[in-house]
Amino acid sequence: MTKTRAAGRTVGGLRTLSLQAPAVTLLLLWMIVPLAMTVWFSLQRYNLLMPEMTGFAGLENYRYLFTDPALWTAMGNTLLLVGAVLVITVVGGTLLAVLFQQEFPGRGVARVLAISPFFVMPTVSALVWKNMMMHPSNGVLSWVAESFGLPAVDWFSSLPLTSIIIIVAWQWLPFALLILLTAIQSLDEDQVEAARMDGAGPVAIFFFITLPHLKRAISVVIMIEMIFLLTIFAEIFVTTSGGPGLATTNLAYLIYIQALLDFDVGMASAGGVIAIILANIVAIFLVRMVAKNLES
Amino acid sequence: MTTAKTKTLATTGGQASATPVPRTSPRGSARTRRLGLTLLGWAIACLIFFPIFWMVLTGFKTEAAAIADPSLIFSPTLESYAAVQGRADYLKFALNSVVVAFGSTLAALLIAIPSAYSMAFLPTKRTKGTLLWMLSTKMLPPVGVLVPIYLLFRDVGLLDTRTGLVIVYTLMNLPIVVWMLYTFFKDLPKDILEAGRMDGASTLQEVVFLLLPLTLPGIASTGLLSVILSWNEAFWSLNLTSSKAAPLTAYIASFSSPEGLFWAKLSAASTMAIAPILVFGWLTQKQMVRGLTFGAVK
Repeated sequence: MTKTRAAGRTVGGLRTLSLQAPAVTLLLLWMIVPLAMTVWFSLQRYNLLMPEMTGFAGLENYRYLFTDPALWTAMGNTLLLVGAVLVITVVGGTLLAVLFQQEFPGRGVARVLAISPFFVMPTVSALVWKNMMMHPSNGVLSWVAESFGLPAVDWFSSLPLTSIIIIVAWQWLPFALLILLTAIQSLDEDQVEAARMDGAGPVAIFFFITLPHLKRAISVVIMIEMIFLLTIFAEIFVTTSGGPGLATTNLAYLIYIQALLDFDVGMASAGGVIAIILANIVAIFLVRMVAKNLES
Repeated sequence: MTTAKTKTLATTGGQASATPVPRTSPRGSARTRRLGLTLLGWAIACLIFFPIFWMVLTGFKTEAAAIADPSLIFSPTLESYAAVQGRADYLKFALNSVVVAFGSTLAALLIAIPSAYSMAFLPTKRTKGTLLWMLSTKMLPPVGVLVPIYLLFRDVGLLDTRTGLVIVYTLMNLPIVVWMLYTFFKDLPKDILEAGRMDGASTLQEVVFLLLPLTLPGIASTGLLSVILSWNEAFWSLNLTSSKAAPLTAYIASFSSPEGLFWAKLSAASTMAIAPILVFGWLTQKQMVRGLTFGAVK
């Protein structure tokens, strides 16, 4: 028995290697090749519209970018978008998870309705919000405002970034709700009951029992949303095209403009490197957090 | 009447003696609380769902009714659906979506199953590190590598091809698919596979005849999540495709141009684009949470 096990282990090592090889190799290539190319291009003079201008540029692209106010606006917008959506979805998602955990008639259907936006493709949700909800004259929101005697809001011209935040938050609030609701279901009812017996009110129960229980789920929500929110693209592409001016241009959109509209590969790559660095600063903390969570 | 009354009295009395702390809220307020909860829960659910509901509704209006003041009263028509259906290119985009979403899912599953199998059943010291590293590739923002991928695709002729999108989506979903399969495989009792191995099953037989049938629900929901993510993906599809291989995400985006603003048709097309995925999502929400959170939330 021990013999076969020992033998199995050595063979297992080889097997492990060969079984994992395809996935690991592909992901390694997927990570390293474009990354190396991005870094390389970012140090080059490389504009598809000016093929005669080539050669090593050193840090010139970065210097241009860093002195261009557009980069700082885009960075600010990126962080504002991520921050605002995270706050809305985590706080809102937690409250909604508590609400939808309560028993009431039709709870199952209500839950399904509330998590639905997460499954809607971003281009669809952006267009529906832009045209049918936030349209300045025929949109539902302006109709509601007018029926209360309030002036209609021209969302995308007067509150461009806020409009994007609303759309993105609408898409991701259901995600937070879905995860947190699942987490809250594993909350020990006896513990809650015991606390109630000891005279704890609903607020105390929320802060001292529910919230600590949700800690891990909240950290997972923040991590996953961060990955996706840092690179929000379709919502901006479809609604405002980054405008008016640079009001809704985030890092993803800025790189898109430089790469595919201005054909400046060198600049776009430098922007890409900055995006990667920004994501990694965030990731270092997050991966560590998840790793810790997985151990416990 | 009197018996009923005594009965109620008896039960409340019994309850009071059973619970040491007397309930502060009498029955009536519990009922109001429940009613309030019901109303609040439903109001919020309907509010969140409203844009989707409105979109579906608008799809059944005429263009004139769609652009008019919001109204729930109108005579429903299928003309927008007919118009969208009648445009041959809609079917082309839909077909692209189907091919790309299912193709990339199939590829990701084929690559991920052996890998997840070995991680779950033949773990080594490096397994956890490998899993975390795979997750970390998701941290690489697509914008950061858009330029090289675009140029590579241009040079090898993969730009605006389904094959190109399948490759990108497969790699994009691979870490999540591996993680999700890993969490499902790990739940399987080891003895079952051990028994198969004792009976002389090869790795391939073990996987095909034991592992796959036993974890079919998990594999199915992993596949569905991958289909959903690929179906809804918009960054790569907008940047790597134009006319030939564009999936529905890109098709819908084309409605954002001023000349394409037909609300009823947009709504009908959107409804047709999201309906299958919405239903998939509803059906697999539970398992999806495990996949999306890498099993960290149960």
